Amino acid sequence: MKIELDVNGKHMSAEVEERTTLADCLRYEFGLTGTHLGCEHGVCGACTVIVNGAAVRSCLILAVQADGDSVTTVEGLSNDDALTPLQASFRKHHALQCGFCTPGMVTTAHALLTHEPNADEDRVRDVLSGNICRCTGYISIVEAVLDARSAYGRDGQ
Amino acid sequence: MKLSPVRYAAPTSVEEAVALLATCDAKIISGGQSLMPIMAFRLASPELLVDLKKIKGLGDIVLDSEGLHLGAKVKWIEIETDVRLKTAHPLLTKAIEHVAHYQIRNRGTVGGSLAHADPASEMPAIAACCDAVISVVGSGGLRKINAADFFVGALQTRLEPDEIIVKILLPPWPATRRWGFQEFSRRRGDFALAGIAAYFDVEPDGRATNAHIAVFGASDYQRRLTGAEAELNGKKPTADTFAAAARAAAAEVDPPSDIHAPADYRRALVETLTGRALADANR
Repeated sequence: MKIELDVNGKHMSAEVEERTTLADCLRYEFGLTGTHLGCEHGVCGACTVIVNGAAVRSCLILAVQADGDSVTTVEGLSNDDALTPLQASFRKHHALQCGFCTPGMVTTAHALLTHEPNADEDRVRDVLSGNICRCTGYISIVEAVLDARSAYGRDGQ
Repeated sequence: MKLSPVRYAAPTSVEEAVALLATCDAKIISGGQSLMPIMAFRLASPELLVDLKKIKGLGDIVLDSEGLHLGAKVKWIEIETDVRLKTAHPLLTKAIEHVAHYQIRNRGTVGGSLAHADPASEMPAIAACCDAVISVVGSGGLRKINAADFFVGALQTRLEPDEIIVKILLPPWPATRRWGFQEFSRRRGDFALAGIAAYFDVEPDGRATNAHIAVFGASDYQRRLTGAEAELNGKKPTADTFAAAARAAAAEVDPPSDIHAPADYRRALVETLTGRALADANR
């Protein structure tokens, strides 16, 4: 089945099998391998992308369901040259070790701070509870997200 | 794991979707937050997925004299962010806070949760607790099913293979109603090992009436605990009354044992959580 979608601001189309998940479509059809697949059944959060403004798990959406939608992957959240404030904050706080969970952490955090730039630590922890990091870097990840709030228009910053 | 091959259709009307369901081994998909994992495990391999994406009118949240109408396609995030519901149905909004994780709440739907009928899920618990009425449409037309009759076992409902849930109606919620919601899981957002949704009203003489206590997680399906409710009705809502109701609740559940928790542990949770939910209701 042919699908057309907006991916990171570019119009893209692909001929996919109906059973193809959005995650596999992004990786294999579009070559956007920044989206990582950990569990493939909606538990680990590594495959999180932003569809029509909302953070969702791309392993739990069929590519054909996303036909006509606007998708932002971790590639769409980076600059060509310099780190974005959120990326720089992850680096500053050592918020990654092996890096496998990082794309999901970054997309989730970006969606959260876009909608809720004043999110407090409890809220950040609540939201990131949907993303598993097996290097156990949660403390530094939470610190990185909290520190990046100013770049998203947090009150008084 | 990857899904089995499947066909896909996105009809634009409920009637068209019902007709498609009758053609083969077909499943409805909307948010897909329960169906997709099941298909990924290959526990289900339907021939056809019928997506509700293009059907208009199933995503409304309406408050009127009949109560609160939630369309089948209403997402958890929409309940969370609808400021009216914090007063119009505080028990519902509290329960929905416990549903899964951020990314799931952005996509999972009311109708999907009811149709999937996981014994540990919150929406069926609210449906059972509040005597909700579930509207379904199939080849025989529209029918309304009381929540008490809708859930019949783990992942089992009265829904026929060619029927689609279109909405759920929660009866009006008096502002003076006392309510509590308690859920226990090992980690935030995990499936509940046990949970209790409860409410009661208070007569002018201070006695509790109209008690509704529903269990989830520690039962094959979400249902009211009538023995516990009987301990509460007609009594003053005191700590002793709540303790008696909590004991009765534990006595009338027959929880499953699995790798997550043994039956005895879940039964103990039911007693503790019933006590806490009623204490919360009394605040």
